[in-house]
Amino acid sequence: MQKTIVIAGYVRSPFQAASKGALARVRPDEMAAQVVRGLLDKTGVDPAEVEDLIVGCAFPEGEQGLNIARLIGFLADLPLSVSGATVNRFCGSSMQAAHFAAGAIQMDAGEAFICAGVESMSRVPMTGFNPMLHPGLAERYPQAYVSMGETAENLADKYGIAREKQEAMAVESHGKAAAARDAGKLSDEIVPIRQGNHTVDTDGCIRDDTTAEGLAGLKPAFRAEGSVTAGTSSPLTDGAAAVLVTSEDFAKAHGLAPLARIRSIAVAGCAPEIMGIGPVVATQKALQRAGLEMKDIDVIELNEAFAAQALACIADLEIEPARINLDGGALALGHPLGATGARITGKTAQLLQREGKQFGLATQCIGGGQGIATILEAA
Amino acid sequence: MSIEKVAVIGAGVMGGGIAAQVANAGIPVLLLDVVPEGAENRNAVAEGAILRMLKADPAPFMSKRAAKLVTPGNIEDHLDVLADCDWIVEVVVERLDVKQDLYRKIEAARKPGSIVSSNTSTLPLSKLTEGLPESFARDFVITHFFNPPRYMRLLEIVAGPATRPEAVEIMAAFADERLGKGVVLCNDTPGFVANRIGTFWIQCAIVEALDRGLTVEEADAVMGRPLGIPKTGIFGLLDLVGIDLMPHVDRNLAETLPADDAYQAIRRELPLIAQMIEDGYTGRKGKGGFYRLNKAGGKRVKEARNLATGDYAPAGKAVLESLQASKAGGLRALVEHDDRGGLYAWAVVSQTLAYAASLVPEIADDIHAVDRAMQLGYNWKYGPFELIDRLGADWLAAHLDEAGVAVPPLLQTAAEAGGFYRIESGRRQMLTVDGSYADLPRPEGVLLLADIKLRSEPLAKNGSASLWDVGDGVTCLEIHTKLNTIDPEVLAIIKKAIDITGKDHKALVIYNEGDHFSAGANLGLALFAANTALWPMIEDMVAQGQKAYTALKRAPFPVVAAPSGLALGGGCEILLHSDAVQAHAESYIGLVEVGVGVVPAWGGCKELLARLAADQKRPHGPMPPVTQAFQTIGLADVAKSAFEAREKGFMRPMDGITFNRERLLADAKAKALLLAEGYAPPEPILLSLPGPSGKAALDLAVRDLRAKGMATPHDETVADALAEVLTGGPDADHIEPIAEDDLLKLEREAFMRLVKTGPTLARMEHTLETGKPLRN
Repeated sequence: MQKTIVIAGYVRSPFQAASKGALARVRPDEMAAQVVRGLLDKTGVDPAEVEDLIVGCAFPEGEQGLNIARLIGFLADLPLSVSGATVNRFCGSSMQAAHFAAGAIQMDAGEAFICAGVESMSRVPMTGFNPMLHPGLAERYPQAYVSMGETAENLADKYGIAREKQEAMAVESHGKAAAARDAGKLSDEIVPIRQGNHTVDTDGCIRDDTTAEGLAGLKPAFRAEGSVTAGTSSPLTDGAAAVLVTSEDFAKAHGLAPLARIRSIAVAGCAPEIMGIGPVVATQKALQRAGLEMKDIDVIELNEAFAAQALACIADLEIEPARINLDGGALALGHPLGATGARITGKTAQLLQREGKQFGLATQCIGGGQGIATILEAA
Repeated sequence: MSIEKVAVIGAGVMGGGIAAQVANAGIPVLLLDVVPEGAENRNAVAEGAILRMLKADPAPFMSKRAAKLVTPGNIEDHLDVLADCDWIVEVVVERLDVKQDLYRKIEAARKPGSIVSSNTSTLPLSKLTEGLPESFARDFVITHFFNPPRYMRLLEIVAGPATRPEAVEIMAAFADERLGKGVVLCNDTPGFVANRIGTFWIQCAIVEALDRGLTVEEADAVMGRPLGIPKTGIFGLLDLVGIDLMPHVDRNLAETLPADDAYQAIRRELPLIAQMIEDGYTGRKGKGGFYRLNKAGGKRVKEARNLATGDYAPAGKAVLESLQASKAGGLRALVEHDDRGGLYAWAVVSQTLAYAASLVPEIADDIHAVDRAMQLGYNWKYGPFELIDRLGADWLAAHLDEAGVAVPPLLQTAAEAGGFYRIESGRRQMLTVDGSYADLPRPEGVLLLADIKLRSEPLAKNGSASLWDVGDGVTCLEIHTKLNTIDPEVLAIIKKAIDITGKDHKALVIYNEGDHFSAGANLGLALFAANTALWPMIEDMVAQGQKAYTALKRAPFPVVAAPSGLALGGGCEILLHSDAVQAHAESYIGLVEVGVGVVPAWGGCKELLARLAADQKRPHGPMPPVTQAFQTIGLADVAKSAFEAREKGFMRPMDGITFNRERLLADAKAKALLLAEGYAPPEPILLSLPGPSGKAALDLAVRDLRAKGMATPHDETVADALAEVLTGGPDADHIEPIAEDDLLKLEREAFMRLVKTGPTLARMEHTLETGKPLRN
């Protein structure tokens, strides 16, 4: 690599449960624009220096349609010279936004990028408004359209992950998130979202009272005799997140305070019916590109789409559980599809700095059978 | 003055229910209660009541939206808001001092001319207004609702000597037109009308059952159906309302009625009931009552209590010769029979009816008011005076006399005149207290088909349906089969109605005065044909229905459907093909065909799709209407009010909702006449449907439901056929819109495919036998 690329800032909106949460009535473009403004305020970067606003979104239609990235630029009062592109890699969308930025910087096609992500699962349903499948493909290869819950059940079966183990992970995730929140470790990254004279500034999905006994009482959510419940699945969530990706030279020249360097990136495909295992191959590729091994990685943000899926990845990658999701994962915080990639990338960078560690990994699974991974190094 | 803002003080079951009904009518309402001691949230009581009501079943609210019209508050901080209210109704504890204390606060806060009422059931108006200023008494009435206020149609209104007549008029008109209540004006006497007679009947029925050694099942079998009283009879009714209510009601009447009132003679303390209450057997809300559901061993067995021993045993069917006799010979055969059922019936019926006849004009001005009170407040099919006519007023008078019972003078008059009611030159008349007959009162805006039928001949008629002229150029198609199901005869009258109305009338209203608009197609006929493999006959029924319904839609005059009660399946499809709907608020509308293993095939799929596609408020594109229709039809989703029917697309935003059942026909007729001005039938439409791409998406959704265990194998088969129809069939493509006829063909083919399967026939058979769906 010729250039060094850094994460020079990270913010996000509060994450709130879809439909019944406090952000249900906030348009996604508006929510993302406030987060982008928050990123500018926090980093102090001059927006005129920004090359592009790249926004990840898993269902870019309705209020998330019409190239939402460009519209967010207008709403956030970015200079007209800052262009906007919307990226869709389902749950990996906003991590992909950062990857595209990194690639562009390497190509000398810009020095500073705002890489954001957004999803209002209240306002645009998870299948989109007009799901129209290729009937021939649906017939010949139905896995192409397999439901996410089903993939979690498949992994639980394949890896023999008992329901109790999944529930233990959920309890731990809620515990870690609640502790981080109570210790004030989350407030720094949260940009309050205003609508009218109403402000939302706290996460809404964390349940302090989550217990193994409580979770054990839930019914299977996807398969009558299955082991995956609503408690061991990430909740439908509204939220937005953004990171600032720049060359290290740019950061230095403009007085920015980088959180971490991007050491390597990777994506990989896998069988769609076990899409949750996607992080394994993507991580292995990224490690190889970074010349590192799993044992070198100190902090890991492994997205918890489902406990079963995260546990399968932990097993395959031989990850030490104590290094994972220090401030809680998506089981507790929520998983606004398009926004999660930016959140865990920014979070990993933030944790490296906060915990004084050297290497970090952010990785997540993606519907349709994919994984994406980013390895960071302390700046 | 009209009532546009309301305050309800007291957020208990009745107060909350009254507030909910006001909100259902679209009127903002303030719900106040006390501030709980030491409470942080000073509106906690009223807020809790609203939340509880949103979860209650049967639902007090007709839609979630109605709940937003109820503003919770408390009587310490929000009394000043009473100044904005046109009607303030007090629903607090039945204690005179508490009520009067509240009235003084209300009087200080309210605006002049506003109406104040109490929902008391036990305190006389004269006591409530005693010592209060004249200005208060002028605006004060009692408004006595029955529980639950949304569903019970009776409202008793009591005015005092000081009450200004306009206050009564405004209150009565509001309750009638906006809240849909049947208003009965009562005198200020204990128990007013319904509970005075109802309590007498209950006491009498218990005491006589105990004394005569009837079982609980026997007493209820005799006291229920043969009398036109709900099948809960007497003991089942007590279980329903709460046995612990009985002693209060009894004691109150005993204390307030004069010593020579007949009630004092029949009532007595009932240690059996006191013991049951003490042991927690208060009815359905308690450990059980005269009946209980024994769920031991995973089964649900209905058990009845032995009145002598207090033990429970599986409830049996009452076997009495008198009950058999009543089936053929009616009420008189029952009370004339000399087995213990007949003797019991005579004892209770004769005493209750004689008591009722002795109370007019003491409790109400006329017999019709009393009959309406018992019909609307106790769900009796016939009021006491109608029951007397069924027995024969002269027969009853003679038999009372024979038994040594004094015959009330009004009954004597009726016996001599030939009954309490009569039909005179096409009008129903009642006997008045002066011995003359008078037409039954019909307020402005009340039009009853029953009245029209008395004074005219149908324009067309067969065994299943009739066509009537309801005046001003409007015809009315009345279905009159069992549950108003639709059969080929009904379709034949639809055809005639279109011919006749088209020739010399302006509009057609589809309406009847049965309990239900229509429960759908006649399943028995379809099953009979299927069992004998008469497939062409079934296909013809489907085709004829499509033809008739399409003809309704294409008729050169407006068609207005006016449902009340159930409008399911083929009944719902009539609504979907009409130019407009004027629905009774209590309408239960849905396409429930999948429950019996078929899809709507009289144009229901097509019309619901068209409605949803035309709704600008829904997301655009080829899938949203399909997905919504697939859910609504696929889950046999029934709207539980006319408001919910609007939300689900069964009714359009411009369709009307009438709260008072008796005003439905007049409202529908007015709507039809409005549409008749410059009417042109709707143009045939084209629908853009997604074809196989959309079907693949629906298939996926069904597969997930199956995986979750929420769909049976046959559900999947039916859903597959439904998905095929709604997506436009295998050749559809959303860039080539398809015509209505093509969709009708798809409906027909899907129906025929399904009706030939064993599991569909099993569903039909099961539903016909049990009235419930089969999950196979």
